[in-house]
Amino acid sequence: MMGADNMEAKEVIRLEHIGKSYYIGKQEVPVLTDINLVIAKGDFVSIMGPSGAGKSTLMNILGCLDRPTRGSYILNGKEVANQTDDELAYTRNREIGFVFQSFNLLPKLSALDNVILPMIYGNVFRNERVERATKMLEMVGLGNRINHMPAEMSGGQRQRVAIARALVNDPSIIMADEPTGNLDSKSTREVMEIFSHLYSMGKTIILVTHEDDVASYASRHVILSDGHISQDFRGALS
Amino acid sequence: MTNIYIESVRMAWSSIVSNKLRSLLTMLGIIIGVSAVIALVSFGYGVRSDVESNISSLGSNQITIIPGSDNGPGARGAAGSMQSLTYKDYEAIKLLPNIDLVAPLVSKSYTVVNGNKNWQTTVYGATDEYMEISDLTLQSGRYWTDEEYNKRSRVAIIGQTVATNLFGDESPVGQKIRINNQPFTVIGLLTAKGYSFMDQDDRIFCPFTTVQERLLGITYVNSIVVSSENDDALSQIQTDVTNLLRTRHRISAKDDDDFTVRNSQELLETMESTTQTLTIFLGCIAAISLLVGGIGIMNIMLVSVTERTREIGVRKALGATYHMIIVQFLIESVTVSVAGGLIGILVGCGIAKLIPLVTSMTTVISPLPVIGSFLFSVIIGLVFGIYPARKAARLNPIDALHYE
Repeated sequence: MMGADNMEAKEVIRLEHIGKSYYIGKQEVPVLTDINLVIAKGDFVSIMGPSGAGKSTLMNILGCLDRPTRGSYILNGKEVANQTDDELAYTRNREIGFVFQSFNLLPKLSALDNVILPMIYGNVFRNERVERATKMLEMVGLGNRINHMPAEMSGGQRQRVAIARALVNDPSIIMADEPTGNLDSKSTREVMEIFSHLYSMGKTIILVTHEDDVASYASRHVILSDGHISQDFRGALS
Repeated sequence: MTNIYIESVRMAWSSIVSNKLRSLLTMLGIIIGVSAVIALVSFGYGVRSDVESNISSLGSNQITIIPGSDNGPGARGAAGSMQSLTYKDYEAIKLLPNIDLVAPLVSKSYTVVNGNKNWQTTVYGATDEYMEISDLTLQSGRYWTDEEYNKRSRVAIIGQTVATNLFGDESPVGQKIRINNQPFTVIGLLTAKGYSFMDQDDRIFCPFTTVQERLLGITYVNSIVVSSENDDALSQIQTDVTNLLRTRHRISAKDDDDFTVRNSQELLETMESTTQTLTIFLGCIAAISLLVGGIGIMNIMLVSVTERTREIGVRKALGATYHMIIVQFLIESVTVSVAGGLIGILVGCGIAKLIPLVTSMTTVISPLPVIGSFLFSVIIGLVFGIYPARKAARLNPIDALHYE
C-alpha cells in the first residue's frame, strides 16, 4: 500500500476526460474521446495503436504542442490545458524533451549547437551551456563527435544527438514519437538501449510506436483505438 | 539570465553566414539602392557646385543690361534684337551712385583667318573697364593703349582656344589675323579661364571703338555691364538703371521696358533652385530603387520562412516563443539590410569618387544622403521584415514540424 501511495504522490501526468476534435467546415470530427490517463514519475510507457487511432494527437497534447478541446491536463501539478501559446512554449522548454522520428536537428548547426538550442530558449548561462551539452553528448556516446554537422552523421548518431538535446534541460518527461522509424535494426537497438538506460536512471519516458519489439522496452503499454484507451497494462506484450 | 536579443543576433548572424549566397542576393537590392542614392545625389550636388562656381567666376555682383525685344505688332523678336541701347545710355548710367565699373559691349560672331587656318568665334568690342569687371588677365602680350583705343586700331587680344586653333603651338603675340577680311594684329593672349556655360577661352577682344565702327558699323551697343563692390546695392542699382533708362527712352507708364536688366545674383538663385530640383529628382529615382530593394528583402525573407518552416517548428517545439521567433527573423532582415546599406555606402562613395576621374563632371559627397539612405535601409529591413517574421512566428508548431 505504501508503494501505491508513493506512486500517487509522484504522478507527472494526469489526463482527465481529454477530448480533441477537429473541424472540417462545421463538421466536428472527434479524434480523441474521453482519455483518462495517469503516468507516474519514472515510468516508461508505450503508446500503441493502429494508424488513425489518435496516437499523434495524444502525443501532441501530452507534448504541449496542442491544446485539448475539452478535459484537464495536469503536468507536474500544473493545469496546462488552458495555457497560452507562450506559456506552452515555456512548458515545452522546461518539462518536455522531444525525440522525433525524423530527428529534426537543425542542419546548419553542429551537434553541440543543436544540443545547446533548448538552453538558449531556457535562458541558461552561456558558459554553463557548452559544459552541459558536452556532458549530454558524452552520455549518448558521441563525445568524440560534438563538432560534427548532422549531415556527417549516421541516422543512429543523429537520433542520439536528438536524445541529448531532449535531455539537456532536464525535463520531467521525454516524448519519443516513433524514434526508431527511420533507423536500421542495429541503430534501433542502440537507441532503445539509451532509453532503457534513461529509464533505469529514473527518467519518465513516453514512447509512441507501432512496432511491438520497440514497445517491449517499455514497462507499461497503453493501446489506443478509435480515440480512446482500449488497453492499459504492464508486463509483456501479448 | 541571458538576453534573448543578444541570442537572437547571434542566431540571426549564424543563419546569414551559413546562407551566404541567399544573404548576398538579398543585400543586392539594398546595395544598389543605397549606392544609387549616394552616387546620384553626389552627382547632383556636383552639378550644383559647378554652377555656383561658374556663376561666381563670371562675377556675382554684376548687372547686365540688354535691349528688349521688338514689342510692336506682329511677331515678338528675340531678346536683345532691338537697337535701343546707346553709348549715351552707358554714359548716363556711369553717373548713377553705388556703381564701381560700367562697360558697354558689342559683339558678333566671325570667322577668323590665319593663313590656311580659320576658326569661328565671337569678337567682342570692349573697354578697359570690361576687362576689369570680367577679371580678364593676360598670359602674354599687352593690353591696348589709350591711343590705340581712340584711333580705333585693329589690335586683338585672343583667348587660348582661338590661339590653339589658329596658331597651334606657335606664340600668337605679334602675328596677324584677318577678321571679316580686315587685318588685325594680335597683341595679347588671355589666361585660360575654362568652361562656365560656354568656353570662356573661345573669345577675341578688340577695342570697343574698333569693333563698333570698323567691324559692325553700328551706333548702338549690344549690352552694358555694371558692377558694384557692394552686393547689397545690386537691387537698388537695378531699380535706378531701370528708372533712368525708362526716362531716357521716354517710355510711358503703361508701356513695357524696351530693355532687360539681369542681376547675376538672381541668376545664381535661379540656377541653385534648378540644380536643387535636379538633385531631388535624381534622389527620388534612386529612392525608388531602394524601395524595390526592400521588396526584394521581403520576397527573400518570405521564401526563407517557407523554406525554414521545419526549422521554425523545431525551434518552437524546443521552447521558442512567438516573441523569440519574430525577433530572430526581424534581426535577420535588419542585419541583412544594414550590411547591404554599409556595402552600398562604400560602393556609392566609390562611384562618386570615380565619376570625376573618368568624366569631366564633379561630384560632392555630403553626409545627408549617406546617413539618410543608411537609415532608410534599416527602416526597410524592419518594415519589410515584419510581415515574414510575423508569418514565421505564428506558424503552428505541429504543422511546421510535419512540413515537408
